[in-house]
Amino acid sequence: MFYREVGDFKTTYAADSQTFPIAFDRVRYYFVLIVAVLLVPFLIDDYWSNAVFVPLLVWSVAAIGLNILTGYCGQISLGTGGFMAVGAYACYKLSTEFPDLNIVFCILISGAITAAVGMLFGLPSLRIKGFYLAVATLAAQFFLVWLFNKVPWFYNYSASGQITMPERTIFGLAVTGPNVEPWAQYLICLAFVFGLAWAARNLTRGSLGRQWMAIRDMDIAAEIIGVDPLRAKLSAFAVSSFYVGVAGALYFSVYLGAVEVTEAFGINQSFLVLFMIIIGGLGSIFGSLVGAAFMVLLPIVLRNILTRGLNWDTALATHVEFMVVGCLIMFFLIAEPHGLAQLWNIAKQKLRLWPFPH
Amino acid sequence: MKIARMTICALMLAAFSAPAAYADLVLPWLEYRTGPYSPSGIPTADGFEDYLTLINERDGGVGGELIRVVKCETGYNTAKGVECYEQTKGEGALVYQPLSTGITYQLIPKVTADQIPLHSMGYGRTAAADGTVFEYVFNFPANYWDGASIAVNHILDLNGGNIEGKKISLVYHNSAYGKEPIRTLEKLAEKHGYTLSLYPVDAPGQEQKSQWLDIRREQPDYVLLWGWGVMNAAAVTEAANIRFPMENFIGVWWSGSENDVLPVGDRAHGYKALALHNVGSDFPLFDDLRKHVIDTGKFAGDGTSVGSVLYNRGMYGALLAVEAIRTAQEIHGVSDITPQMMRDGMEALVITEEKMAELGLPNFGPSFAVSCENHGGPGTGWVSQWDAHNQTWSIISDLITPDKEIIDGLIAEASAQYAEEQNIARRCQ
Repeated sequence: MFYREVGDFKTTYAADSQTFPIAFDRVRYYFVLIVAVLLVPFLIDDYWSNAVFVPLLVWSVAAIGLNILTGYCGQISLGTGGFMAVGAYACYKLSTEFPDLNIVFCILISGAITAAVGMLFGLPSLRIKGFYLAVATLAAQFFLVWLFNKVPWFYNYSASGQITMPERTIFGLAVTGPNVEPWAQYLICLAFVFGLAWAARNLTRGSLGRQWMAIRDMDIAAEIIGVDPLRAKLSAFAVSSFYVGVAGALYFSVYLGAVEVTEAFGINQSFLVLFMIIIGGLGSIFGSLVGAAFMVLLPIVLRNILTRGLNWDTALATHVEFMVVGCLIMFFLIAEPHGLAQLWNIAKQKLRLWPFPH
Repeated sequence: MKIARMTICALMLAAFSAPAAYADLVLPWLEYRTGPYSPSGIPTADGFEDYLTLINERDGGVGGELIRVVKCETGYNTAKGVECYEQTKGEGALVYQPLSTGITYQLIPKVTADQIPLHSMGYGRTAAADGTVFEYVFNFPANYWDGASIAVNHILDLNGGNIEGKKISLVYHNSAYGKEPIRTLEKLAEKHGYTLSLYPVDAPGQEQKSQWLDIRREQPDYVLLWGWGVMNAAAVTEAANIRFPMENFIGVWWSGSENDVLPVGDRAHGYKALALHNVGSDFPLFDDLRKHVIDTGKFAGDGTSVGSVLYNRGMYGALLAVEAIRTAQEIHGVSDITPQMMRDGMEALVITEEKMAELGLPNFGPSFAVSCENHGGPGTGWVSQWDAHNQTWSIISDLITPDKEIIDGLIAEASAQYAEEQNIARRCQ
């Protein structure tokens, strides 16, 4: 009934190769966009923005970034936290050294700096694969965190080693710092997520994305048909790190406002992003978004139900939350090893035939 | 079936929405009863809650208004701390005590914008002692830099005032918390001529073997400890393993609780720690506490931490909050105060020895008066020592005054830098 191609005629090549070829899907996509842009900003308060939407959007960017590298190009990375730290510290240094620089450019340049660092740490991928590459990127994670702890220049010689984001504005409106309006904070993150997800979707559909996927599926075969592994792998590292860097910059500047590298960008964050894309679905932009939503929102929902809905003791609720989230992760991976995106695809196929399956 | 579905709907609604405000005095408590910092987080939370339960049960609240504690579990994680803050601030929170330097750093700009006071007692951002820059942040009665100076002054006392050429090592939690005392210790090293070496320990702090191997090689005369949670017990164990003389091992007040030394057994005998307040349960207040809270089963947690160092710490934090509420009620003449009134109350708070005795805690904490310029209190503290045979902490020094000359200079410098970065106009002129 839903998801029918019937009656949805394509008369141009552009229309034929669009991202959402089915009319129903397209309408749904525009509906979500309209709700996100025109409705949500008027409804959210500090809590919804700071605890729900902003972390969700920031982690979505990071998940898309890692999915480009791991899901599309097949290079495992455990350095996500370290690369996010590069983005955050770049953003801090840029915004304190050049106070007049617009925050949007500041975040984009931070992404570019992270891309350069990511390419540097991506070099070993030309020689090593799989678990060995994971270990090499793990080294990047520990090295980068150690570096930002060790060299006081990165945190402007502050006594505590913390970095604090000064207030920055767009068109006279604060988007970072304590006086930020919740909707402004939300909208800037949404703008980045939309722009980056759109770019990622189109990159992965184009020639570069096909090269990445060829490398992922079998690198020797890809090389034989003319894919340059050096270019493909390093470009994947660069693009992925750019995304992760932007996520790190947003995480620091818009979301938290002050961070400490060991806690905010530790190995746990690398695993968190990896879990997001594994649960959401490798090689899927939609999967990155769903995976981020799953990992960010589920604990919050559970905690609120247990402590506010059922009035449980907070410590007990936290322990139960760990167990339930763990069990749900296992359940979803057993139910569909290819992640929530695949589950959604299956549902879509079923809906196409429904209610006449034969 | 229908009821079940409705319940689920209600739960889903409750899952995200913040509840409506009640007309109580709301004191939020960002606790951590889970994770690697729970050995420190649990007793502190118990003390805080039990004291407020006592005030409600015995006195019927403050000025006729009951106190309601709103709890939120942070796991000592800053991102969760921010979430907790956003969730609880709408309930009319009077003052935040996050018990985490990381979360305090995070909340300072937020509470300033939302005009809710923040009290980081003996932790947090030391520069906040300068009330001319930090309007809503208080860290009385003492801060980390005071702590560092008290420890050095104690070492000076032990050596007859001359520690030229001595070697002092600092083992610290590699975070904002652990890094706080470094600059003060460096300044004091210039003044007193000791050499300082630094040993950062990454969170959560169970892995310290290599640091202590280095310490054994370097043979420092004194080791200072800035640890929290499981890190403390691990540090005392490692020190015992390398047979470092325990009386030369001094922890800050966050590294001196029963949970930090009991796991080490007899080998922890003689370990010293700074004390922000007096130790033990030998005070008249504890009789009331037993009568109204412990014996009636209204205690928080499992009730085993009563009278321990961190339990007293939590209790002291609650006591200062209650006295600030009382002061605010007197100033404004209303009992149902707002966070802004609470701020005025905290700024006008006067704690005297008579008042402490009246509250049932004679000789428990220092006397001090908060003012517009000084949000940091006197900065005094004691040194306590662990007796592993009787399993008690006892105060072994007089009240030690820190080197205010150096610390005030550092605070002025740090707060000026913050004011410039954040573009804050000075108050109290």
